[in-house]
Amino acid sequence: MIEVKHLTKKYGRHLALDDLYFTVEKGQIYGFLGPNGAGKSTTMNIMTGYISATDGEVLIDGCSILEEPEKAKKCIGYLPEIPPLYLDMTVMEYLNFVAELKKIPKDRRLAEVKKARNLVKLSDVSNRLIRNLSKGYRQRTGLAAAVLGFPDIIILDEPTVGLDPKQIIEIRELIRTLAKDHTVILSSHILAEVQEICDYVLIISKGRLAASGTPEELEKLSQGKESIELTIKANKETIQTILDKISGIQNITWQNETNDACDILIETSDLAQKVCEDISLSFATERIPVTKINILKATLEDIFLELTEGDSKNESNL
Amino acid sequence: MKAIYKREFRSYFTSMIGCAFIAFLIVIGGIYFMVYNLYNGYPFFAYSLSGVIFVMLIAVPVLSMKCFAEERKNKTDQLLLTSPVSLFEIVLGKYLAMITIFAIPCLIYCLFPLIIKLQGSAYLLVDYSSILAFFLLGCVFIAVGMFLSSLTESPVIAAISTCAVLFLLYMMDSLLNYVPTSAVSGVIILIIFLSLICALIYSITKNPIISGGLELIALIGCIVGYVVKSSFFENLIVDILDRLVLTDVFYNFVQNYIFDISGLLYYLSLIVLFIFLTIQTFQKRRWS
Repeated sequence: MIEVKHLTKKYGRHLALDDLYFTVEKGQIYGFLGPNGAGKSTTMNIMTGYISATDGEVLIDGCSILEEPEKAKKCIGYLPEIPPLYLDMTVMEYLNFVAELKKIPKDRRLAEVKKARNLVKLSDVSNRLIRNLSKGYRQRTGLAAAVLGFPDIIILDEPTVGLDPKQIIEIRELIRTLAKDHTVILSSHILAEVQEICDYVLIISKGRLAASGTPEELEKLSQGKESIELTIKANKETIQTILDKISGIQNITWQNETNDACDILIETSDLAQKVCEDISLSFATERIPVTKINILKATLEDIFLELTEGDSKNESNL
Repeated sequence: MKAIYKREFRSYFTSMIGCAFIAFLIVIGGIYFMVYNLYNGYPFFAYSLSGVIFVMLIAVPVLSMKCFAEERKNKTDQLLLTSPVSLFEIVLGKYLAMITIFAIPCLIYCLFPLIIKLQGSAYLLVDYSSILAFFLLGCVFIAVGMFLSSLTESPVIAAISTCAVLFLLYMMDSLLNYVPTSAVSGVIILIIFLSLICALIYSITKNPIISGGLELIALIGCIVGYVVKSSFFENLIVDILDRLVLTDVFYNFVQNYIFDISGLLYYLSLIVLFIFLTIQTFQKRRWS
């Protein structure tokens, strides 16, 4: 569907994108994840043909965005970071204008505009000037313009910024509905959002693709680093002697110790589930109550921080 | 292109700029008409038009200042550039919208010679061909304004720079009297001009051999030319610039009653040049 090949973008001496390479398949939701300034918006701007890359190319359905721009751009609906709205137009005028710009045939235009407008729930404000709309409504107008004509690929740059929680949920629902028969690419620096709606995550850091995969795959990346949280009703020495007999424990952190109870955090080298069972059984045979057992899985957040911060650490070492 | 044209045309009326521009030109044209033609009985409306030209120096920047500068400021150019529309269509759509606005007062000017005719003898051919020349001259001004607007993000800077450039173009004829005419100054100015071109080539290609070589050829050519035939350089600069004076074509129509076809072609080629330059500005910005 989309092939991004060895994309490099330089702003003067600053390297914004460094040999970025990925492909996008049909009918899935892709999420670009990365800290501020990682190159998410730059990538999207190049993919949609707003700016040109210093090196590399983008193929949309086999058409290069540089060589056959009109054909390639027809397959894309794009919502930039700041919605490109003409403030002196009403919502309906604006959507009609965008429909004409996207070369939707005249007989289908009104139906398409209404469809897009109803999809993002803009009917109440359709005759108001965009100048007078709130941030949330402006964002929705931009979104309606992006999905107008229902192109195969919909690219959204931080679609939920500036919306209230209810609107965010609505927009996420909308993105899920769209993904049934479109490819959706969105960018975000909010992890929960990406984790919740994306089928496939691309983590970008410093203009490079740091990691990619489904959210589950990415979580597995840091397996073996799972840890177990325990609260045990006994003093430190007793617990220590029992734990010493169990294999697969790598490191024990004592978080809160009194004479009656201890909170501890255990890092495992083995599968956490198995270690957990061993622990509960051995404390049970000693008749010591374990009041809390919890396996902490590495979340996307940990991986994200590790990948993006690890990078800067490596560089500062150099 | 139609979509951009329609939107642009409508926006000139929602923002009042279009209305103000049209009203301004009609009022000023009307005042000249009243003073010269109605009260003093001069039978050529074309003469009044030459007064309106000066007003165009203020009116055109107001019309053209926001066409691309504001799009960039509001980031709406992102919508246009990511839509399946070519750059040429975007620029032409906007240009045609401005031309249409300008055509409205010109059409109303077409009534004035008829009013003169009602009062006595009129010279309709001279008047109408002058209105045509006036319209094309205005189109050149608007093309210049559009190009300058595409260079900047601020409509105010676009307006001021357009005003300054148009003033220079308007005054070029009188300023030429102060350009030195001797052969030595001709050579020096020519060398400076050619060096600037070589510097431009260097900044585009980053190739010191080509630009340096060209610079050398230009230098030797100028010096050899000066030694062999210095009279060639006498009045050279003034002659060249004299041919490029914009308003001359218009005055040929108004004062000499000549239908100057080559002059009209000069106007048209200037319009094409500035539309081309505007498109190139956009291309360049995408690559940098």
